[in-house]
Amino acid sequence: MIIFDFVPMWTLILGLAVFFYVLLDGFDLGVGILYNFAKTAADRSLLMNSIAPIWDGNETWLVLGGLGLLAAFPLAFAIILPAVYFPILVMLLALIFRGVAFEFRFRDVEHRTFWDHGFGYGSAIATFAQGAVLGAFIQGFQVDGRHFSGSSFDCFTPFSLFTGVALLFGYSLLGSGWLILKTEGALQDEARRHARFCFLGTLAAVGIVSLWTPLVDHDIAQRWFSWPNIAFLAPVPVLTALFAILEWRAIANPKAELRPFIYAVLLFSLSYLGIAISLFPMIVPHHYSLWQAASSTDTQIFLGVGTLFLLPVIFVYTGWSYWVFRGKVRADTGYH
Amino acid sequence: MTLDPLVLSRLQFAWVVAWHILLPALTVGLASYIALVEGIWFVTGKEIWFRISGFWTRIFAVAFGMGVVSGVVMPFQFGTNWSRFSDATANIISPMLAYEGLTAFTLEAGFLGVMLFGRHLVPRWAHVASAALVALGTLFSTFWILVTNSWMQTPGGYRLENGIFYPTSWSQIVFSASFPYRFMHTVAGFYVTTGFVVLGVAASLLWKGKSRNEARLMLSMALWLLSVLVPLQIFLGDLQGLNTLHHQPAKLAAIEAHWTREARAPLTLFAIPDQQAETNHNAIEVPLLGSLILTHDVNGVVPGLKDFPRQDRAPVIIPFFAFRIMVGIGLLMLALVAAGMWLRLRGRLYNTNWFLKALKWATPLGFIAVVAGWTTTEAGRQPWTVYGVMRTAQSVTPSLTGFDVLLSLAGYMAVYCIMFPAGLWFVLRIVRAGVSAEEDTPVEAGRPASPVRPVPAP
Repeated sequence: MIIFDFVPMWTLILGLAVFFYVLLDGFDLGVGILYNFAKTAADRSLLMNSIAPIWDGNETWLVLGGLGLLAAFPLAFAIILPAVYFPILVMLLALIFRGVAFEFRFRDVEHRTFWDHGFGYGSAIATFAQGAVLGAFIQGFQVDGRHFSGSSFDCFTPFSLFTGVALLFGYSLLGSGWLILKTEGALQDEARRHARFCFLGTLAAVGIVSLWTPLVDHDIAQRWFSWPNIAFLAPVPVLTALFAILEWRAIANPKAELRPFIYAVLLFSLSYLGIAISLFPMIVPHHYSLWQAASSTDTQIFLGVGTLFLLPVIFVYTGWSYWVFRGKVRADTGYH
Repeated sequence: MTLDPLVLSRLQFAWVVAWHILLPALTVGLASYIALVEGIWFVTGKEIWFRISGFWTRIFAVAFGMGVVSGVVMPFQFGTNWSRFSDATANIISPMLAYEGLTAFTLEAGFLGVMLFGRHLVPRWAHVASAALVALGTLFSTFWILVTNSWMQTPGGYRLENGIFYPTSWSQIVFSASFPYRFMHTVAGFYVTTGFVVLGVAASLLWKGKSRNEARLMLSMALWLLSVLVPLQIFLGDLQGLNTLHHQPAKLAAIEAHWTREARAPLTLFAIPDQQAETNHNAIEVPLLGSLILTHDVNGVVPGLKDFPRQDRAPVIIPFFAFRIMVGIGLLMLALVAAGMWLRLRGRLYNTNWFLKALKWATPLGFIAVVAGWTTTEAGRQPWTVYGVMRTAQSVTPSLTGFDVLLSLAGYMAVYCIMFPAGLWFVLRIVRAGVSAEEDTPVEAGRPASPVRPVPAP
């Protein structure tokens, strides 16, 4: 019997699942961060309304990403999660506050400020924690056999704190792109101002991480700067620069309503691709490759069959749900 | 005193799962109930069903949101606190959990938005269908979670290699020995829980003379459903008991606090089990009834805890009492439903004060029974995570210190102690406002238009 290698397929599926999470919950967490800066209660209602029908579906991808890692690369799951014990805890607690705020804010007029803060701070803290997880992951962990062997506080390093802040800018950029699309008038103008600020922050962060990682990690420097890699990989930074220029112009162009969001998504895609290129084929950096951490072939087949069938179905009805709630959010007239 | 990461991790898991299970206990039943009411409305076109559906959808929205956020916590627990369990069992349980995500969460999330906010944006049939699909999603979720739990209780279809589980038969993994019974017993339990919530809410509305027509309809319908569901649930519970006797004798012995294997065993109604002395204090026993109930034969042999090494025994006192609480509530529910049917025959169902009062007080009974049942089955499985194969002590994350887990447990406790009382308060507020309090207002940005008008003072 020929054993087919399912690891590349699962790498792709998991990579896409995590990426969908980053994009989808990224923009609604971003809207939550910008919520902190909204000036009036009416503005806050509108911001929250723009994501109320879809946030739950977006957060589903967090569970799918986590479970996808457990299913496809269980050894990585068992090492990484204990290593980022506290960022995960903080993220989960913050997500609880922001999740219930959608309903509670409308039901609890007396304590609306409390739930407003729960939503705004919750979104920001969850984002920071996710950024810290990313930074800790890129740096790698202390591993002994099949276990994480360091302390639960190892994950807090200057680099992981920096990536935490970087993601605040990144998600806010996605969020302001979404708001440019979903709002109009003064609120849209404000979203454009926020977008400009967040764009500069994101660009600076991407630049610093791109210099920091190869300086600290010899393998990553080799991956990018050795010949002939440098030629093959040159399109990544070149395209990033191109989309950065297009994003800057789209934010400033009052006719461009969808483009700021699209270019922000493309910038995220390239940054994500950049991290993947830096780390491939390791799933626990410096310790285990994708193939070493993979689950049994039977497991990958059993879940793979269902996943390949179900994912398109999920895309269809998720798309339908977005279609139902399409268009601008308005305070007075509803959708149409 | 040293802080033990194992003990604290178990406390943390018990804390987050016990709170979380309250929400599916309501939302699984409520989703089906709302879909049923929406369906009746679609067929009959009578507006009263529409108002009832809208009322329960408001409550569902609060409970479901809390269910989502407390549910997201759960899969991460496997990684953060039970990494060795995850590493060992992932080949088997990860597809089950992933299928839950793929078939249940996405389905619920995809159609929940339309169900809650989309009434004016889609045709009537699409709204009914969305409610039905959300209900189906909650049942899929229950299915896969109980597949996973049942495999941990009665593992099959695997082989062990270097301490890692590998699948050999997916049908034996998905349909493990205890799964069909556990699934039916749990879903029926969730439905009964919801039924008593509907009864209790209807009774309190009647008590206050609010939304009388809707309350009568809710009470009548829920009572019919429960007159089937409660006896059925007792029957299903008995089946699961037989299954446990067969596949998990040590757990059954712990549930019954039965120390010595014997035929013609008594039933212990009450006792203070003593794990050290291997005996019961202050026992109240009924002769022969133990064998009769557990084996359906007066001469049947009931296993005893002394059949098993001390280190393989569950902490008897927990499953023993949890089980008695669950069964006691089941019998109480049966009595309430019987009283309700009798009053219905006499034509006094809606105006018998003591009965309405009793129903109001009975509202949380289902939740208590669900948590007690879950405690029975989970504490009864100890000291194993995978029954008879992998110990709880060998499942915990090795890198954690007691201080780490103390900190995280304190975090979960603080947040849940704000979240759950707040959620309960908002549900009570919706109930107090009555069925027609929020007429179906135009959708504003995917939300009912007014951010909650001030609630009239009680």
